[in-house]
Amino acid sequence: MTIIHFQFLSAILFSLGLYGVLARRSAVLILMSIELMLNAVNINLIGFVAFRGFGQEIQTFGQVLIIFVITIAAAELALAIAIILRIYRNKNSVNVDEMNILKG
Amino acid sequence: MNSFITTDELLLIAPEISMVILATLVIILDLVIKNKSILNFVASFGLLVPIALSFNLLDGTSQFAFAGALRVDYFGVFFKIITLFATLITILISEKYSKKFDDYQGEYYALILISASGMMLLASSVEFITIYIALELSALPLAALITFIRIRSSAESGIKFMVLSALSSAILLYGMVLVYGFTGTTYIEDLSQIINRSLINSELTFGGGALLLGVILITCGFAFKISSAPFHMWAPDVYEGAPTPITAFLSVASKAAGFAVILRIVYSSFSNEQIGMDWSVLIATLSAISMTLGNLIAIQQTNIKRLFAYSTIAQAGYIMVGLAALSSLDGGQDNAGPAGILFYLFGYLLTNFAAFTVITLVSINTNSDSISSYSGLLKRSRLLTLIMTISMISLIGLPPSVGFMAKIYIFGSAMDTGLQWLAIFGVLNSVVSAFYYLKIVKIMLIDENENSEKIQLTTNMSLAGLSCVFGIVILGIFPGSIIEVAHRAVESII
Repeated sequence: MTIIHFQFLSAILFSLGLYGVLARRSAVLILMSIELMLNAVNINLIGFVAFRGFGQEIQTFGQVLIIFVITIAAAELALAIAIILRIYRNKNSVNVDEMNILKG
Repeated sequence: MNSFITTDELLLIAPEISMVILATLVIILDLVIKNKSILNFVASFGLLVPIALSFNLLDGTSQFAFAGALRVDYFGVFFKIITLFATLITILISEKYSKKFDDYQGEYYALILISASGMMLLASSVEFITIYIALELSALPLAALITFIRIRSSAESGIKFMVLSALSSAILLYGMVLVYGFTGTTYIEDLSQIINRSLINSELTFGGGALLLGVILITCGFAFKISSAPFHMWAPDVYEGAPTPITAFLSVASKAAGFAVILRIVYSSFSNEQIGMDWSVLIATLSAISMTLGNLIAIQQTNIKRLFAYSTIAQAGYIMVGLAALSSLDGGQDNAGPAGILFYLFGYLLTNFAAFTVITLVSINTNSDSISSYSGLLKRSRLLTLIMTISMISLIGLPPSVGFMAKIYIFGSAMDTGLQWLAIFGVLNSVVSAFYYLKIVKIMLIDENENSEKIQLTTNMSLAGLSCVFGIVILGIFPGSIIEVAHRAVESII
């Protein structure tokens, strides 16, 4: 295991997540893809913290950032699910193709 | 590094703390009090406390707080004051509109205040973790606010905002992690030293692709926030579905906070002459695309909120002209470009809120956001017609308005730094924009409407509208004081 492995894994997961956001039709799956992107960021961070050979103090910055990313991702997800639920009650579907009242 | 929080540090973030206290107070009052109209009064008058505290911090010194994560300087406080004024006017014009929310008025005001406190933090944070948290603190309440009306389009624009804001913050984070991993720092200031050092030691710009990629991803994340092309697609849909006062808040406060961080990053990372040159061309191109796209699509709009969404994209393009005219370039003395951004944002605050005061009132009265519902507004309310006309004049950039002064200043800085083509492009775009802004004026003044019932203004509404109009005209004639403040603000971050 070296830092390169972490970098590759993270880059692949991030790209998969981005693909998911662009290609998926269900709003819930889009959220899961965003979660995947955030976790790719975390894996990248873990790689840097563990194998980059930073000093103690610099390592702490990375670890703190990981905890914040996890926490904020949870908050973000909770809010997004609430909004999706609202849409579902309105029209019994969470398909993003049908969210077309506002033409963009 | 001191791990304890001292009282001095708490004083430095006193405006933000007082905002959160005010938000809590509003929620508690909402629980106990039956008469909800008092909430608006409490929220707007309570805002005078953070405004006073912010002005108190304007003493010209730069102080660090919380292990260097926050830097409270002239620049940060300037943006705090812009955010606070935007919040104050948003709350003032929400007075009638918030009746739609019945039992949820307390939450409505509290969420606005919390989101504003996030933007204020963003303006003075100089460290990546803090920037990320402040960004989310400002974006999450906004997503909830956008979804606040109980109609389908509101929920739809809420989910669009939520998904795109989460996506942009994931991209931003990936950039931050790359920068952290390759430089070992999360401080913007250290980053600039590392970049300058790497320029000397290595042939590659930024000393390698990874750091460059990181900085690019961070910039992309914030380009979403300021709705510049090519990250502008969310704006029209979100602006249309959101409650009207929130649309105004989004278009001014959220954009100002985004520009605050972008300016800090640009100054630290691209202040070097060699890099500045390359980036200036890139930003100039994006700015030209942004204004052309915004102006051309705005022409065909029939919904006033959508029109303002495209107008705001175009305005982001004008503001980015100042970003392209970095002072590190030839002839770029006195930081004219960045100071122009600050002046433009202040003018934009007044202009856009003047327009949105009218839009909010008309949408309450006619239950419609279509431009045709403005026909015959002259007969229905002279004051509203006056406010809207002056605001349109300022948006086009005609004298004697603050929009004219801001455009002269910002395009002038582009001329000085060898971006003549961009300045000409900007002026041509202003001419195109005159078409759709003046179309609104024409509809208000000339077109007939069978509904000639008078529109009643409340005290809050006329206060908000008239003070904005007053500001537009006064700053259009005597812009000196704000320009001086803007220069001091920019000098404080270098």
